[in-house]
Amino acid sequence: MPGTDSDVIDALVGIAPGSALDAIRARRPEARAHAQATYRALFTPEALGNVSAQERFAVGTFVAGLHGATAVAAAYAARLAETGAPAGVKDAVEAAIKEARTHGPYGSYPAGPLSREDTAGPIYRVGAATRQALGRRLASAFEHTHMLVFHPRDAAPASLQALLDDGWSTTDVVTLSQIVAFLSFQIRVVIGLRTLAGRP
Amino acid sequence: MSDNVLVPPDHTAPTAFTRAQLDWLPWLEPLAADALTPRQIASLVDAARVKSPYFRLLARDPDALEARTRTDKDIFYNPDAGLPRAERELAAAATSRSNGCLYCASVHARHAATYSKREEDVQRLLDAGVTADLGERWNAIVAASVALTATPSAFGPEHVDRLRRAGLDDLAISDVIHAAAFFNWANRLMLSLGEPAAPPAP
Repeated sequence: MPGTDSDVIDALVGIAPGSALDAIRARRPEARAHAQATYRALFTPEALGNVSAQERFAVGTFVAGLHGATAVAAAYAARLAETGAPAGVKDAVEAAIKEARTHGPYGSYPAGPLSREDTAGPIYRVGAATRQALGRRLASAFEHTHMLVFHPRDAAPASLQALLDDGWSTTDVVTLSQIVAFLSFQIRVVIGLRTLAGRP
Repeated sequence: MSDNVLVPPDHTAPTAFTRAQLDWLPWLEPLAADALTPRQIASLVDAARVKSPYFRLLARDPDALEARTRTDKDIFYNPDAGLPRAERELAAAATSRSNGCLYCASVHARHAATYSKREEDVQRLLDAGVTADLGERWNAIVAASVALTATPSAFGPEHVDRLRRAGLDDLAISDVIHAAAFFNWANRLMLSLGEPAAPPAP
């Protein structure tokens, strides 16, 4: 991934200055600038608070991996390595991606007329070896992240309480939720614009 | 001492997609309105959002909130050509219908109906779901939004081709992509940090 100041979406899509997609993105300049500003706020903030750079990029790599977005995942994994994350953590993130990958969105609705649309799917629990390498706090975040990525309509207070019990503060949970939710946007913009660029 | 989730007050949970006004009850403690710092107030962008527990909760990470909101506004409100506002809202509603976010779907189905004046078609999307027949142009926008909402994404060149056949230029297609992508962001926050509630009977 490029440095903090070059546009991450442009880099991941491969948008060259003066290209057709560069012109299209220039028509929505605030969206372009603030998608990048969100990336900075969540991954290279002025103050990390209680959420370390290693945790931010580990979750980022996991989210991209769950999306099967190989190039995006490689970019976040490279930034994870730059945080000085031990090899054991990097390997555990890769192992978690393999354990956790599935297809979404699935999940249940409140009992009623929508129940006929309920779709079953796995609830991810980090495997014992992976948990050992990630540590309790990051393992807890990965379980929550899997729900947010694949079956967000199953969200419930209990999944937030699990994070709070495992060392995430209320403010930390807001930041974690924004990281997962923002990447769900960034990855789709990259996939969508790449597809558009491939169809001149 | 770790934090705890909030227990919402007694309320009626909606059990169907609706264009009616819903409330949203947080599961985590929002910041108190009278204790916001100037930075947190600025991160709300619209001063009236101080009334919203959702935005006061997100203001715990003010830089992320402000950038989120400015991204949102340009994708949906930028009047410079591209996809008409009604159809940006349609993409948001279809994405929310697919992910299962009753709150987001209620707001953006309402907007889609207001700007398109096609209340019956919007209601059919809510009632029958994302395979409802809404006419080819809307079907193409809904199908593209739903394909991009799948994880892993199912969006492919066939969606671009169908949108072009329906009359969208590349700026409009980029608007569909951004609107659907943005609601994959918004749905996940709304669904996981609190829950919708039907407003009390008058």
